[in-house]
Amino acid sequence: MKTESQEIKSTEQLREKWMKPEVITGSEVLLRSLLLEGVECVFGYPGGAVLYIYDALYGFSDFHHLLTRHEQGAIHAADGYARASGKVGVCIATSGPGATNLVTGIATAYMDSVPLVVITGNVNQQLIGTDAFQEADITGITMPITKHSYLVRDVKDLARIIHEAFHIANTGRKGPVLIDIPKDVSAAATLFEPEKTMKLRGYNPTIAPNRLQLDKVAAAIKEAERPVILAGGGVVYSGGHEELLDFAEKTEIPVTTTLLGLGGFPSGNRLWMGMPGMHGTYTANNAIQQSDLLICIGARFDDRVTGKLDGFAPKAKIIHIDIDPAEIGKNVHADIPVVGDVKTVLEQLNKLVARAEQADAWRDQVQQWKADKPFKYKDSNDGLKPQWVIEMLNRTTQGAAIVTTDVGQHQMWAAQYYKFNHPRSWITSGGLGTMGFGFPSAIGAQMAHPDRLVISINGDGGMQMCSQELAICAINKIPVKIVVINNQVLGMVRQWQELIYENRYSHIDLSGSPDFVKLAEAYGVKGLRATNKEDAEAVWREAMETPGPVLVEFVVNKNENVYPMVTQGSTIDQMLMGDCE
Amino acid sequence: MMTTTKHAIAVSVNDQPGVLQRVSGLFGRRGFNIESITVGQSEEEGLSRMVIVTEGDDQTLEQIEKQLYKLIDVIKVVNLSSKPMVSRELALIKVKAEPAERPEIKSLADTFRASVVDIGTKNMMIQVVGDTEKINAMLELLKPYGIQELSRTGVTAMTRGNA
Repeated sequence: MKTESQEIKSTEQLREKWMKPEVITGSEVLLRSLLLEGVECVFGYPGGAVLYIYDALYGFSDFHHLLTRHEQGAIHAADGYARASGKVGVCIATSGPGATNLVTGIATAYMDSVPLVVITGNVNQQLIGTDAFQEADITGITMPITKHSYLVRDVKDLARIIHEAFHIANTGRKGPVLIDIPKDVSAAATLFEPEKTMKLRGYNPTIAPNRLQLDKVAAAIKEAERPVILAGGGVVYSGGHEELLDFAEKTEIPVTTTLLGLGGFPSGNRLWMGMPGMHGTYTANNAIQQSDLLICIGARFDDRVTGKLDGFAPKAKIIHIDIDPAEIGKNVHADIPVVGDVKTVLEQLNKLVARAEQADAWRDQVQQWKADKPFKYKDSNDGLKPQWVIEMLNRTTQGAAIVTTDVGQHQMWAAQYYKFNHPRSWITSGGLGTMGFGFPSAIGAQMAHPDRLVISINGDGGMQMCSQELAICAINKIPVKIVVINNQVLGMVRQWQELIYENRYSHIDLSGSPDFVKLAEAYGVKGLRATNKEDAEAVWREAMETPGPVLVEFVVNKNENVYPMVTQGSTIDQMLMGDCE
Repeated sequence: MMTTTKHAIAVSVNDQPGVLQRVSGLFGRRGFNIESITVGQSEEEGLSRMVIVTEGDDQTLEQIEKQLYKLIDVIKVVNLSSKPMVSRELALIKVKAEPAERPEIKSLADTFRASVVDIGTKNMMIQVVGDTEKINAMLELLKPYGIQELSRTGVTAMTRGNA
């Protein structure tokens, strides 16, 4: 990827330059501290309360600053950057509306445990509390959706606060941390000395598990006749994917990966059963329901996974491995709780476990289900089916792309039909289900991995929620391949209205949306469209061969439903199979 | 069915602006009940102690403790009700009192070791200290005279001895 800005020097080179104690302004403290934390790229939008910060950024080229077209675009991009790289994503916005425009993005990151440091400006301290122009109590507003937040009252605290914020964001159960900097603090001068110590008495995540609990896990595996591994986002976030593979191979226990866990276990592996839950596989859902031992690793028993809670995995002894003790026992009682970092837990566990000897009949059963009930749809040569489009993307990229999605039917089809084999290659808003996330998050992912293919899959609804960021793709030549699966309808809502609300289609018609090809072209991004298979293959090939960003619109049938489907209030083995029958 | 019981929880927190909001907000959004909450200095500089009286079954209590520990400003959480403890509350009660009724009310207050802290032309102010049950009992006895105003501090508590 070529960007207009100067070549970024390595942080190590810059470190020396920036470590020197010096009297500088709060704004300069911020920039130096970000640099010392290893930040390469921030996403932001200036405004009154961050003018000093942007003044310090004038001519500053030691990390990239990407000017988005909306603060929501900035934070979703920072989120995509963090999910793709494993580093902390950073964004900057001004006070008041700038800060409140970040709220959806902060909640998105909080629900999916994504490490972000969110910098907001605020009005001068003497104006705080007076309903001043562009004043909002952003620390108060975001308290329930941040891991922690700071309102900086003294410039002397700033370096320490930034150092703490990065530590808190990217350790333990990760999450967004907000730093609100009043304008007078960003203007004030102080002696900057890099913060090296960490004194957080109330924060000490448990990394290493209790050995006695691990022995219980090993013993339970030995006895299990129908064991299942349920692996979630924690596997990806802890970098424990290799340990999970090792664990599964050693024990030969079938694995299901949650929506956020996709890529945490290779989809080509014989032990993989696909995704569980509302739109999960027949195999994964039945395996969970019939299991006598459910080993949940870095997942949190979300309602989209469990379905009706009191009928969930009724015969199973539950092992729950998580870094967040509050997740254990929150929704599902754990018979063997293990608190710790997933990677560390699995490393230690792998020394204790052996093949689950009692589970041979079960393994056969699982393979039988996999053979009998794969995902299916009724293909047609007349027009395009959305599932076919995803299969085509998967086939032409060999499952090697970084895929981001928006929320809705296309998200579920992407989860079902794109076959991930690498962690941090699947970026989707799982917990909050944020429309408008898919496209800007891809920009962040591409910034993290300039040389990888990044595909952003969107519906025609969500694409219109952050389409303004086409500008930053065009201007910075960020080569995201933007896919719009256009069915002219809010598909997932349509599906529910068809199946549950007796075909009463209320306010879901998106016909009359802009011409997406022209929309892309208006921003200087190449736009392509296909309405049949032949064209689809051709325009996709063209998109892949075109350097820089390309938007490809696939016009698909509007009446397609995502199957299987577990309706609310049912246990997960009560699936509407639809075309998967 | 698990049984729901009352618990007093002592929470040591960093004495930071907004910390009460963090704790009370957590209770609010997670649907945990707060019967009373008191905050004040603790024995250590920079730390405040909150005593929260809440109601819930064992699972809820466990969640409350775990969720509290997730707050960076929370240093320690102790479920006082699981140990021998002393709990106290203070109430100021303004009760209607014609001059003729004063001795009667005074003697009632004396039996509770409560004190009369103010006398008006037609009322008296009683200060009573004790556990919640004692204050409830005092109120019950004063009700017939007519309670004009009531202000209770909420419970503060501490474990006994070396516990």
